[in-house]
Amino acid sequence: MLNKMFQDHDLAQKIITRISGFKENIRIMEVCGSHTMAIGKWALRKLLPSNIHLISGPGCPVCVTPPSIIDSLIDLQSVTIATFGDMLRLPGNNGTLEDARASGLDVRIVYSPLDALKLAQKKETIFIGIGFETTIPGIAHTIRLAKKKNLTGFSVLPAFKIIPPALKALLNSSVTNIDGFILPGNVSAIIGSNAYEFLPQEFDLGGVVTGFEPLDILTAINMLIEQHQNNSPKIENEYQRVVSPTGNINAQQTINEVMQVQDSWWRGLGYIPASGLGIRDEFRDFDAIYKYNLNITDQQPDTGCQCGDVLKGIITPPQCPLFASTCTPANPLGPCMVSSEGSCAAYYKYER
Amino acid sequence: MCLAIPGKIVKIHDDTGVVDLGGINQEISLTFIPQVVIGDWVLIHTGFAINIISEDDAFKTIELLQAVYAK
Repeated sequence: MLNKMFQDHDLAQKIITRISGFKENIRIMEVCGSHTMAIGKWALRKLLPSNIHLISGPGCPVCVTPPSIIDSLIDLQSVTIATFGDMLRLPGNNGTLEDARASGLDVRIVYSPLDALKLAQKKETIFIGIGFETTIPGIAHTIRLAKKKNLTGFSVLPAFKIIPPALKALLNSSVTNIDGFILPGNVSAIIGSNAYEFLPQEFDLGGVVTGFEPLDILTAINMLIEQHQNNSPKIENEYQRVVSPTGNINAQQTINEVMQVQDSWWRGLGYIPASGLGIRDEFRDFDAIYKYNLNITDQQPDTGCQCGDVLKGIITPPQCPLFASTCTPANPLGPCMVSSEGSCAAYYKYER
Repeated sequence: MCLAIPGKIVKIHDDTGVVDLGGINQEISLTFIPQVVIGDWVLIHTGFAINIISEDDAFKTIELLQAVYAK
């Protein structure tokens, strides 16, 4: 298997030995839920010396979805709500979709937006459109198919986010003291490694596009250390087996055909210009916001959750007073504990 | 959520394919990688192949790592 090659123990040990020769403090942020999970699963924080700080940034789409996305759906008794499973327990202002399902709302978990399209052939179905660039092309293609087949019972509630503007907003907020980025492998498969050239050009920061096996992540960390030592921030690509400089052009064209860039509100981070995608007017019949006149706002419940500071790398999850006391995966108070890819959930599972 | 898994293409019919996921077969959309051929490794996310995984590049990366970290 291709991924097994990148789990080699001896080679991992050699890279860790090399990294251990570096004695300065360095703060490296990853912005992908699958990296958060992989770092926890392979116990990389424990294997690396304590001067290497690995910070989980805003890489979990569920965690940055505004609660009003949930609130807007829970009164729609006559339709099917189709969603990826992670969304089921995201707290809205008036409970979760799981709560609403217990009260009779028709909520179905699907693996693919194409499954939601099948559901729409039997009953009007709203698919909750969350995700970053990895997930967006498939949903855009599904909307295109719905239009082609005139499946008017299908619509998507768009809550899409795009990564480069979020990185810019994070760096402009100047609260985060980051030395370099582990860049998201799956997002980059779509957008390409060239999409991050603004990091060295505008912020004097480097980044390495990285896969999800231990050798991938360790290699990327060492590449970032070498950039730091040589004072030569740049974008490098460790994940060449999947990611090209320009990405997947077919997928990009599909996104652009169906969607357009718009300002977007990120839970925990706030309002970020040009950081989301809405559905174009030509596909408006498939946009649940227009079809059902949904009200998407930026209110969030005040639970004391510090997810925003976690996503910005200001605190680590155990520094939040709610962590593992009143906020647990079984009873999540904030979004970073809801999804298994959330920083808090990953810390709860792997780092306690 | 953003999890993507590798699979090997065993069947292609128009823009739909079947991947072998270690013994389990799954139907996926190939709409984003029209150049794919049977035997290619692909990266799969929510029912879509989002890119081809280059076996050549995988071996090249490992060889490079072995050379760089030989000591």
